[in-house]
Amino acid sequence: MDWQTLTAALFPQGAVITETHQVLTGEGTVDGGTVAVVGTTGHVPIGVETALAQARFILQTVREHPGRPILILVDTQGQRLRHRDEMLGINGYMAHLGKCVELARRSGHRIVALVYDQALSGGFITSGLMADACYALPEATIRVMGLPAMARITKVPEERLTELAVDNPVFAPGPENYLRMGGIEEIWRGDLAAALVQALQRASDGDVRSALGLARGGRGLAQRVVDAIVTGRDALSP
Amino acid sequence: MISYLESSYLEATARERLQRLFDPGSFQEFLPPSARVVSPHLGQLNAPVAFDDGVAVGRAQLAGRTVFVAAQEGGFMGGAVGEVHGAKLVGMLRRAIDEAPDAVLLLLETGGVRLHEANAGLIAVSEVMRAVLDVRAAGIPVIALVGGANGCFGGMGIVARCTNAIVMSEEGRLAMSGPEVIETASGVEEFDARDRALVWRTTGGKHRYLLGDAQALVADSIDAFRAAALAQIDAASSRPVALTLAALEAEHALLTDRYERFGHVREPMELWRAIGVTDPEALPLMEADVFVERVDAVRLGAR
Amino acid sequence: MEHLTYVFKGGTRTLARQADVVGVVGSGNLEVLIESAPLEGDCSIAIATAAEGFGAIWEAVMTDFQARWQLRDARIAINDMGATPAVVSLRLDQAVETMLEAR
Repeated sequence: MDWQTLTAALFPQGAVITETHQVLTGEGTVDGGTVAVVGTTGHVPIGVETALAQARFILQTVREHPGRPILILVDTQGQRLRHRDEMLGINGYMAHLGKCVELARRSGHRIVALVYDQALSGGFITSGLMADACYALPEATIRVMGLPAMARITKVPEERLTELAVDNPVFAPGPENYLRMGGIEEIWRGDLAAALVQALQRASDGDVRSALGLARGGRGLAQRVVDAIVTGRDALSP
Repeated sequence: MISYLESSYLEATARERLQRLFDPGSFQEFLPPSARVVSPHLGQLNAPVAFDDGVAVGRAQLAGRTVFVAAQEGGFMGGAVGEVHGAKLVGMLRRAIDEAPDAVLLLLETGGVRLHEANAGLIAVSEVMRAVLDVRAAGIPVIALVGGANGCFGGMGIVARCTNAIVMSEEGRLAMSGPEVIETASGVEEFDARDRALVWRTTGGKHRYLLGDAQALVADSIDAFRAAALAQIDAASSRPVALTLAALEAEHALLTDRYERFGHVREPMELWRAIGVTDPEALPLMEADVFVERVDAVRLGAR
Repeated sequence: MEHLTYVFKGGTRTLARQADVVGVVGSGNLEVLIESAPLEGDCSIAIATAAEGFGAIWEAVMTDFQARWQLRDARIAINDMGATPAVVSLRLDQAVETMLEAR
């Protein structure tokens, strides 16, 4: 789904969103008021400029529109793979974007993210995964890396990874696996506008993803490890 | 026999760093290897597990200050973050909020998300990032130490830049993508991964110190890392530990300026020359303390 | 991965400390987790190794190890990634030595 169709569906009362160099910024109208919208399109690789542009918009929102909810629309192929971005310290630009999202949260802005097409590794960590809750369309692809590159780096044969990527929750790129693991709150089908309104109304109560992963059966150890350490035990609860 | 003062941070294992960096005998481990909490995902790839899943977390004393610490073992899976590894980091960070130590120290040596655990690793790194920022919001400074052979890459390179300060040695590297990944994706003309000198000029400690991404540049010695970590903990009390709008706006201006001034630069030495280093060719060969003295007046703003 | 277990009886030396770990699970290396445990005098060694088909060599190395140290009430667990017998013996000896030091 292209971003224009998506935002029309999310904001039937109207939205004014512009795209500049594959970065989306703007606002949409809902019953409660205005929602700030920021994100990416065209599976853009997140380079220095893309991170800065999104961060600038979020800082502006915090400064000029206290309390306004923020919707992050995610469609990226991950970090930009260029010498120049590494030289400039792309990890720091991405951290800056993530910190701006965090600041918005701490300042009272509700942050909701929606993966509407692709979300890969670093590009996802720094945006969608920093939201209070991240959602996805059923056709979204969420993954860490393409299989050929993964095979090269892990030395696991590509055939084996391809086999696992069919239905193994750790490797399969579908939003259902991220849902089960707690990374995605919910998959949005049908009435996207209603789903958005509901998401905006939910309370932000800290990072509950590992608890979700345990409850949903997708990550059996993470929350139990956290609990054991926090309570000072030397063994996991059953 | 290497004396305590001279022992190399680079050569040491994570546990050796924990024994030698902190006050003798003070490290107390949370969920130690005897708990045998291993990766639930490596078996299906026929890969061996480690009893601590590649990270030791706990509490220690540093010149009488109580600190919480994590030390990643670069020798196991490149220090990369899987489900258990990430959860140990998160558990330590959340416990730090409960117990309010003087600081949290992250001895980072990692390729980022553990590809063998793909989706679980990605979510884990994100949870670590949120937890680091929660610790800062609680007023506890988080200091990263980067000086291992594997560097600090991927999603953990992002996490490193969410901390209050980063201490690096020249040998350390801090980046997002490794040179091999870039060369594979964009060609050898884009980034020749075998040009080690270029790799370090692009992502190594000295370059990061010149950019202001690292706040301290030290020699490859555990004692030097200890002293710098202490200095950063003490320095952290003179600034807001939590994120503020003012600080992020200042960082935004800094990052924008850096991109506008140097976005077209192909060779890091050009950047060093442009900021005012008179003999950039000499920098890679300098000892850490000489280097710091030489560049402190011209290096770009911190944070 | 291959899993091997050895149990030795008749050992005479107990370990002073509770638990320790030496080594790293990297290529050509291994980690050894060594613990005091109430095993009715046994020394039990459990090995998980990425190098398959070397059972006879492991048995020889473990037998030599027990002959050297004669441990009792000790539990040893190994995660191995293709270390040579010499490195295995070295790590095992290091592990015992850390456990014999008073803390």
